[in-house]
Amino acid sequence: MIKRTEFLSKVYGLANGHSLDVYEREVAGYATARNVLTSMTPQQVVDEAKKANLRGRGGAGFPMGVKWSFMRPHPTKPSYLVINADEGEPGTHKDRTIMEWNPHSVIEGCIIGCYAIGAHVAYIYVRDELHLSKARLWGAIAEAKAKGYLGATPFGKAYPVEVYVHTGAGAYICGEETALINSLEGKRGEPRLKPPFPAQAGVYGCPTTVNNLETIAAVPSAFRMGCDEFSKLSALHAINDGGFRLYGINGHVKKPGVVELGVGPTLNELIYDIGGGVTGDRKVMCVIPGGSSTPVLRPEETVDAPDEKSPLHAWHGKSVFDVPLGVDTMRGVGTMLGTCCITVLAEGTCPVLAMHNLMQFYRHESCGQCTPCREGGAWLLRTVDKLLDNNATMQELDQLHDIANNIMGNTICAFGEGTAMPALGFLKKFRPEFEAYVRGERNRKDATLTPS
Amino acid sequence: MSFALTADREQKLAELLTRYSTKMAACIPLLHLCQEQNGWVSPDVVDFVARKLDLPPAHVQGVVTFYSLFNQKPVGKHQVWVCRTLPCALRGAGAVLHQCEKKLGIHAGETTSDGKITLRTAECLASCGTAPMMQVDQDYFENLTTAKVDEILDRLRK
Ligand SMILES: Cc1cc2nc3c(=O)[nH]c(=O)nc-3n(C[C@H](O)[C@H](O)[C@H](O)COP(=O)(O)O)c2cc1C
Ligand code: SF4
Ligand code: FES
Repeated sequence: MIKRTEFLSKVYGLANGHSLDVYEREVAGYATARNVLTSMTPQQVVDEAKKANLRGRGGAGFPMGVKWSFMRPHPTKPSYLVINADEGEPGTHKDRTIMEWNPHSVIEGCIIGCYAIGAHVAYIYVRDELHLSKARLWGAIAEAKAKGYLGATPFGKAYPVEVYVHTGAGAYICGEETALINSLEGKRGEPRLKPPFPAQAGVYGCPTTVNNLETIAAVPSAFRMGCDEFSKLSALHAINDGGFRLYGINGHVKKPGVVELGVGPTLNELIYDIGGGVTGDRKVMCVIPGGSSTPVLRPEETVDAPDEKSPLHAWHGKSVFDVPLGVDTMRGVGTMLGTCCITVLAEGTCPVLAMHNLMQFYRHESCGQCTPCREGGAWLLRTVDKLLDNNATMQELDQLHDIANNIMGNTICAFGEGTAMPALGFLKKFRPEFEAYVRGERNRKDATLTPS
Repeated sequence: MSFALTADREQKLAELLTRYSTKMAACIPLLHLCQEQNGWVSPDVVDFVARKLDLPPAHVQGVVTFYSLFNQKPVGKHQVWVCRTLPCALRGAGAVLHQCEKKLGIHAGETTSDGKITLRTAECLASCGTAPMMQVDQDYFENLTTAKVDEILDRLRK
C-alpha cells in the first residue's frame, strides 16, 4: 500500500524552499540538531539511530546506525564524515532533488552525524556536473554558518563542525566509497582493497564514515519524530527496513519523476499509481528496480517461497511486481533494491539493445585496475555488438555467460558485479530474443529503445 | 608560455587549501579552477598545479587523464553534453543526439569549425526523471524535444 509522506519533500517547489527561513518555518529546521547536540551524548545518538532501521540509501542497504557504531576514536587522528552525492548510477535521480530543493536537511544531518561519530569536518562529495546542487549546498552552509549552527560552537555547544562541498570531475566509479576517498585526497578515483574499511582508515588514513546523501538527509526527520516512530513509517518495519524514501520512476511511464513514500511500495504501485501507467498503454516488458547494476525483473516472474519462515512467504506464488520493495525482499527475488529509482521498459523495446546500451556504460566507466572487469566489460560489449550485427554464433552467446561469471567475485570493488549481474539478468530472462539475433530473425535496423 | 592564475583565482586557491589536511587534496578543485580560466588542461597547467601543490607532475597528469571532465586538448567555447544512457535513450536521447549532429554538422566528440561548440555524449547525469536531457556548459536542459534542441543551439550560436 502506498503511503505518501512529506518529510523531505514538503519544501520542494515552495518559493525559496531551499532557504533557511523556509526550512525553519515549515519543518522546524535545525531544532532537532540543536536538541541532539545540547541534550544527548554521542553514544546515545548512535543507540537511537540504530532504532531507525535506516538502510543506507546509496545502494547496498547497510543499516546507518550500525555503520555509525563502527567508528572508534583514534588516539591521534581526527575522524571524518563523508557524504556521497556522486549520484552516477544510471537511472538514479533522487539525491539531486534534495540538494536542489532541500539542502538544509543535508547540513542538519551532517551536524548530527558528525556529533554521533566524533567528527568535526564533513565533506559532501558532489559530482561536478551538478552545478545547481553545489551552489545550493554552499548557500545552505553559508546561511547555517551565519546563524551559528555551523562553526566553532554550533547552538552554543563547544563542538566545532565544518561542512565543505568537494567535487570530482566526471567518473562514475568515484561513487564507490573507497574510490571516492581517493578522489577526495586528490588522486585518481581508483577503488581500494578492503579491508581496511573506511571506519578504520578512510580520508587521509583517518577513521571515516561514508553515508549516502539521502541517508544523511533523513536523519533530522528520524530524530525529530523519534527513530522508532520513523522506522514504523515503513511497511517493512518488521524486517528492519524502516522509514521513508525517495522513489524515482523513469523510462516508459506517463509521469516520470521523484516521490517520497513510506518504505515498501510495490513495482505495480510505482508504475501505475505514481507513474500513471506505461507510455502508450503498453504492457511492461521488464523493470530495472534500482539503478542499472540491479538485475531486471519481469512481471511474469512469481515468488517462490513455500517455506513459512521465509520473509517472502506472504507473497508465495504472486508476481514479483506485487512484492513491497525492500532491501531483503528484493534480494529474495534475485535482484537488488539498489537506489530505489526504477526504470520501466515497455513491450516492444529490444532487450539486446538495452543490454548493449548498459554495457557501453560499464565499458566506459571501469577504472581499469582489475583485468576481469576491464577486459571482461569490453568483451561483453564487443560480443553484444556482434550479436546485433547478426555476426555472433550460438557458442559466442553462451560465452557471454562465462565472461560475466568470470567477472563476478574476481575484482577489487563491486563495480565488477554491477557489470556482470545485469548482463546475466538480461541474458537469462531474454534468451529467445538473444537467440533470434544469432539466427538472423531479428536485426539491428528494426531494434528500438523507443517503441512508438 | 607558463601558466598563472588570475588574482581572484589565486585567492580562491588560498581558501581551498584551508579545507583540507593535505595539499594534494586540492588537486582536483585546483585543476577545475585552472581549466575554467584556460579552457583546457595544457602541459603548462599540469606543471603549475604540480608546483603549487608540491606534487610530481606525473601525479597531476595521472589525475587529469582519469577524469572525463578534464579536457586534454582545446575545446569549443561552449560544451554540449547529450546524455546517452538507457533511461534517456528510452525517452528519445538518440533523436536528441541526431538533431544536434544534424544542426551543428559535426559528430559527437567534435567541435564546430568556428570553434564555438563542442558536442559530446555523457553518461547518466542524474536527470532520468526528466529525460531526455542535455547539459550545456553549467546548465541542464530537460524534457527535450527536437524543437527545444533547435532553439537552444540557435541561441548558443548567436
Ligand atoms: C560502482 C559503485 C558505484 C557507487 N555509486 C554510488 C553513488 O553514486 N552514490 C552513493 O551514495 N553510493 C554509491 N555506491 C555505494 C557506496 O560505495 C557506499 O556504499 C555508500 O555511499 C554508503 O552510503 P549508505 O550506507 O548511506 O548507502 C557505489 C558503489 C559502487 C560499487
Ligand atoms: S572492479 Fe572494475 S571498477 Fe572496480 S576496481 Fe576493479 S577495474 Fe576498477
Ligand atoms: S540516463 Fe540520462 S540523466 Fe540518467
